[in-house]
Amino acid sequence: MTIIMDPTDERVPVARQLTPRSGAVAGSVALLDISKPRGSVLLDRLEELLKERLPGIVVNRYAKPTFTKPAPETLRREIFASNDFVVEGLAD
Amino acid sequence: MSALPAFLLQDEEGNAHTFPGSRGALVCFVKEDCPTCNEVMPVLDALNRSVDGALDMLVAGQTREGNRRLKEQHGPGFPILDDSTLKVSFAFDIDTVPTLFLCDAQGVPERTLVGFVRDEWRELAELLADRAGASAPSIDWDALPEWRPGCGSLSVDPVIADRLRAEAENGPLRARRIEIASQDDEFEFMFDQGFSDGLPLIPPTPERVVRMLSGTSRDPQEVVGVVAPNLGEATVEKVAINAVMAGCRPEYMPVVLAAMEAVCTDEYNIHGVMATTMGASPVMVVNGPVRHRLGMNMGLGALGQGSRANATIGRAVRLAIRNIGGARPGGTERSTLGNPMKFTMCFAEWEERNPWSPLHVERGFAPEDSVVTVFTMTSGPTLMVDQDSRSAAQLAGSLGLCLEAAFHPKAHYATEVLVVLCPEHVDTLLRDGFDKAAIRSRIQEVTARPIAELAEDPVSAVGFKKAAVDAMTPEQRARLLPKFRRDEDIHLVVAGSDAGKFSGAFHGWVTGEIGSISVSRKIEEAG
Repeated sequence: MTIIMDPTDERVPVARQLTPRSGAVAGSVALLDISKPRGSVLLDRLEELLKERLPGIVVNRYAKPTFTKPAPETLRREIFASNDFVVEGLAD
Repeated sequence: MSALPAFLLQDEEGNAHTFPGSRGALVCFVKEDCPTCNEVMPVLDALNRSVDGALDMLVAGQTREGNRRLKEQHGPGFPILDDSTLKVSFAFDIDTVPTLFLCDAQGVPERTLVGFVRDEWRELAELLADRAGASAPSIDWDALPEWRPGCGSLSVDPVIADRLRAEAENGPLRARRIEIASQDDEFEFMFDQGFSDGLPLIPPTPERVVRMLSGTSRDPQEVVGVVAPNLGEATVEKVAINAVMAGCRPEYMPVVLAAMEAVCTDEYNIHGVMATTMGASPVMVVNGPVRHRLGMNMGLGALGQGSRANATIGRAVRLAIRNIGGARPGGTERSTLGNPMKFTMCFAEWEERNPWSPLHVERGFAPEDSVVTVFTMTSGPTLMVDQDSRSAAQLAGSLGLCLEAAFHPKAHYATEVLVVLCPEHVDTLLRDGFDKAAIRSRIQEVTARPIAELAEDPVSAVGFKKAAVDAMTPEQRARLLPKFRRDEDIHLVVAGSDAGKFSGAFHGWVTGEIGSISVSRKIEEAG
């Protein structure tokens, strides 16, 4: 990862490009638990539904060490390398 | 266990609260948009009533507006302390809000509660009541959730945490840090963000920015100028970031900073210069000893490409105007055609080849001062080709005929001009003893036209309106008007190679208070 210093007056957030949406789910789907209590309950149910409705996909489960900090670089890299989609359970 | 960091925070009425105080304390960090914090506010209030002054109740909120709302919504019997700078939250290493500490009079924590675990809070309430010899506060524990994790503290927000860390370490950088994922290409990323003038940029990594700052002794947070249209503050650090991107060496920083000071003045009016549809841009002329120290080009090809100092100093100023001020083509930058000089236009005067006063001395500086002068151009450098004149009067006459084209041949008193005299032309002018005043005077003489000739006519409608000219007396119509309102609107500098009888001219923009007035700033070099 490279860090650069913002050359602007910082009045607007940094814009990130979204990956184009294909409209279909196929391949591997990552479910990322941010480690807030009971987030896993939601993701468990989501995994069930995904497997039921999209039997052809692979679901991979991941968890951040703590919800208060961004996911470590190694985890982001792993998710990026092994998956086509990611669903992250946010907040309460 | 060691003591927690001491602090002094003010409440909403400006009263100071210190930790540690003369007795034990309950210290709690909250933020208003955290649902768990809102749930614990009534509990904190009950605890406060129960301890009844036996402990200091120090509840610190993380935003001013949020503190006001917490106060409104919950009306607690304790003040909410202002930690909107997040310095205390950071010093306490708070990850989660709410986090509550029970401390002794020396500030040593006895218990730490993170988030809301009902049994832990209940136990704490009972402990405090027990110590106070009172009955436990009346809190309807069953109505409260068994467990709530709380929210991330603002002080660990990645955008804010870096700044707080830099401040805590007394590091020089305060600008927002942008993480570019290893899967991304940093060059493409910077294009995508709109940071670029269209050419690749050097990534302004913290290391490069710190190195760039070593080129100046000025405080990185000093505000050099306020850049329109966003009115963004150009701190030394922000200018350094743009200087890195432009490809500057650290020793160029003093020139870039002085040029930024100059363009940010009211007289120079960078807003108008950027916004005009005429396609204006600053030309930077550097004078004094700094030219040699930086290896600036003032000789062969001085106005062209090939010199790192000339190219990157000019580009750094343009990038800083673009990024800090927000003037971008299609936004507030509205040039009809644009102008390649908007990439960069900076050169040094060849003072040693100038037999008269160099530009900065004419403008009131000492010869040993290093100075940058910014002039607003809309066209140029246009070449003034005269390989034939052998007298100064003829050559200066040629210059005048060429300068007649500035804006439009019939537009007199309309603009200024920056003339770059080449050495061979200097020699011709000097041979007949012409000084700068004589050159200017000759230009004005040969360009002077009767007002009648400067009126709208079938060839061109530019000039005095027909009705106005018709209303004039014959004497008024015959009055001669030179090209420039004042002789000093003809700025003269020397640059270029020894061979070639080709001088250049940058035509100006609107002058005076409604336009842009040239500004010079002394270059303050480090150490």
